[in-house]
Amino acid sequence: MKSDKILLDHGSGGKMSHRLTANLLLPAFDNPALAMLDDGATLHLPGGRIAFSTDTYVVDPIFFPGGSIGDLAINGTVNDVAMCGATPLYLSVGMIIEEGFPMADLERVVAQMGRAARLAGVTVVTGDTKVVPKGAADKIFINTAGIGTIDENVNVSGANARPGDTVILSGTMADHGMTILTQREGLAFDSDVKSDSAPLNHMVADIFGTGCDIHVLRDPTRGGVGTTLNEIADQSKAGIRIDEDRLPVRPAVSGICELLGFDPLYVANEGKLLALVPADQAGRVLAAIQQSPYGKDACIIGEVTDDHPGRVFMRTRIGGERIVDMLTGEQLPRIC
Amino acid sequence: MALKQNDAFHDPQIARHLAERITQTSRGPVRFMEVCGTHTVSIFRSGIRSLLPETIALLSGPGCPVCVTAQTEIDAFIALAREPETIVATFGDLLRVPGSGSSLQREKAAGADVRIVYSTFDAVNLASQNPDKRVVFLGVGFETTAPTVAAAILAAHQQKLDNFCVVSAHKTVPPALEALADGEINIDGFLLPGHVSVVIGLDAYRPFFETHRVPCVVAGFEPADLLQGIAMLVDQVESRQPALENAYPRVVSAAGNPKAMAVMNEVFETVDADWRGIGTIPKSGLAIRESYAAFDAVKVFDLQLKPVPEPKGCACGAVLTGLKIPPQCPLYKTVCNPMAPVGPCMVSSEGTCAAYYRYHGDG
Repeated sequence: MKSDKILLDHGSGGKMSHRLTANLLLPAFDNPALAMLDDGATLHLPGGRIAFSTDTYVVDPIFFPGGSIGDLAINGTVNDVAMCGATPLYLSVGMIIEEGFPMADLERVVAQMGRAARLAGVTVVTGDTKVVPKGAADKIFINTAGIGTIDENVNVSGANARPGDTVILSGTMADHGMTILTQREGLAFDSDVKSDSAPLNHMVADIFGTGCDIHVLRDPTRGGVGTTLNEIADQSKAGIRIDEDRLPVRPAVSGICELLGFDPLYVANEGKLLALVPADQAGRVLAAIQQSPYGKDACIIGEVTDDHPGRVFMRTRIGGERIVDMLTGEQLPRIC
Repeated sequence: MALKQNDAFHDPQIARHLAERITQTSRGPVRFMEVCGTHTVSIFRSGIRSLLPETIALLSGPGCPVCVTAQTEIDAFIALAREPETIVATFGDLLRVPGSGSSLQREKAAGADVRIVYSTFDAVNLASQNPDKRVVFLGVGFETTAPTVAAAILAAHQQKLDNFCVVSAHKTVPPALEALADGEINIDGFLLPGHVSVVIGLDAYRPFFETHRVPCVVAGFEPADLLQGIAMLVDQVESRQPALENAYPRVVSAAGNPKAMAVMNEVFETVDADWRGIGTIPKSGLAIRESYAAFDAVKVFDLQLKPVPEPKGCACGAVLTGLKIPPQCPLYKTVCNPMAPVGPCMVSSEGTCAAYYRYHGDG
C-alpha cells in the first residue's frame, strides 16, 4: 500500500527507500548518470578550471508565490556556480525529510526541482534521502551542490572591482524576502508580491557572450544588495557609490517594506545578479541582461569610486549622502 | 491599502529648495532635537544631515520606545519568557535588547516560546488558539502604539479570554518634553513626532509650549516633511517668535484622534514611569487600570520590578537626552555595536547609536 506520509522506513535504505528513489526521484531527474544508482556519479568534464559550490535550503513556508523550496534549491546552487563565471553542469541533491511529511508535498517539491533543473539545463547526477523523527527537522531541508566549468578567459571575483566600474543590477530588489515574510503566519497581507526565484546561468552566458571584460558577478541573496555590495567593496578595497533614485523596487514591495520597517537594500533576492564592468562596456552588458527573461528591469545603480575605499555610500534621492552599511543580523520589524 | 510611496515628498526639487531656504535663513548656531526615533532614522537615511548648514545641529531625543524602556522592565520581560506554559508575544525590536544577563533572543534559543507579532491582535489570536497556555504581550511604545494595545485588551475582555495579558511599559511624549526642557541642555527647537501627534493632536503640546516658549513643529517622515519642519523651526528662531506649529497637517489635527484617545483612557491610567538613562518622569507612563487588572501581567504573574543598575560606561541616557552624540560614548564601536549591543540605543532599528553606526560612517 502506498503511504500518503513519509515514514522513517523511507529513509531506511531498504525496500521503501528504493521504491521512493525508483518511483519518484529517478523519473523527476531522468538521466543516465543517476540511473546507474552507483554510490556516486561518474562524470566527464572538459579540462581546465572547475567551480564548485553548495548551499542548504530550509525556507519556511516551503511553497510560496513564485516558487518553492524545490526550485529554490536548484536555482540557488545553479546561480552560485554561475556567479563564479562558470557554466553549471551537474548537481547533487540531499534531502532531510521530517517523518510524517505529506507524500503529495514531496512529489510536488521533487517535480519542481526536476522542472527547475531542466530549465537551467543542469543534470542532477547524485543524491541522498534521509528521514528523521518528527520534530527533528522542520518538514524538509534540501542541500544541493553543483559543479561547472570556467572558460579560460573568465576571471570574475568580488576582489576585482576597479574605480570607474559601473554597477548593474539585473532587476527589482527584495521580491523574494518580502514574499516569504508576508507568507509567514500572522501577516495577513493581501498583495501580489512573488518570489523572483530564477536560474541566472543563461543570463550569465549572455553577459560573457558580449565579449566584455566582466570584473565582478554576484547574486545578492541573503543580506540583499546592500550587504553584497559591502562584501565587494571590502574585497576590492574600493568605494561603491549607489544612487537611491535608481534602485529598482516594485511599488508593492516598497510599500510592505515601509510598513514593516524593512530596508529593501537588505532583503533577499533569489533571481538577481550584480555585474561590475568597466564603464565603457556597461551599455552592452546591460543590453544583454535586459534581453534575458529575468533581466527586463535591469539598470545601472552606481559606480566604483576611489573615495571611501572599502565602503558603500549612497547619493540619496534628495541629493544628500550617507553610508550604506552591511546588515548585522536578521532585520526585525519595528514597533512604530 | 495604499502601497505607493508619496513621491512628492521625496521630490529632489522641493527638498533642495527647502535645504537652500534653510541655509539662507539660518544664522546663529542652533540645536534642534528630533524627539521621534522614526525621524532620526529618516533623517539619516535620506541624507538630510549632509544638506544642512553647519549652523544647525540635530540631536536625537528619547523617541525610540525600545531605547527608553528601563532595564528593570527588560529584565521582567526576560523573566516572563522563562515562565512555564507561557507564550511571550512581542514586536521584533525587543528581541535582541540585552537585559542584565540575557535577552529574549537568547531565551528563545534556550527553548522559551517567544513569538514576533506584527499587531497586538495577533497576540490575542494566539491566546484564543492556545487556551492551555498563557499569552503575554510586551507593551512597549508611545501614544502611537498604546491605543491599539488598549483595543486588544478590550477585545480580549469581550471574548472573555482568561489567558491573555499585557505588560504595559507604555510611555507618553509630552511629559518627556518637560523633562528635556528642564534638563541640562539648551534645546533651541523641538521637531515633534508625527505619528504620536496623529493620536494626541497638536493641542496636547500647548501646555508645554506655553510654559517654555521654545519653538515646536510637528513634522512628517518623508524628506520634504522633515526639511519643511526644520525650515519652520529656523524661521521661528531667527524671527525670535517661538510658536507651536504643524508641518504635517495632512494627518495631524489640533484635537488628534478622540476615538483612539478614548480607548487608551478607558484601559490605561497615567502613572510615573522610569525612562532609561533619564530616570523617573512624573505622569509619563501608562498602567492598566484596576478594572482591567485581569489583563495586567504585573498582577497576573506577580512581577517584581527590581531596580537594576544600567551597564557601566553606557551613555544611552546622555544620548537620549541630547547631552552626547554616540561617538562621544566610550563604548561606541569599541565594545558596543549592533552585533553586540550594550545598550538599547544600539540594538533598536530606531536607536540613535544604531542609526549613527549604520548611516554615519566614521563621523
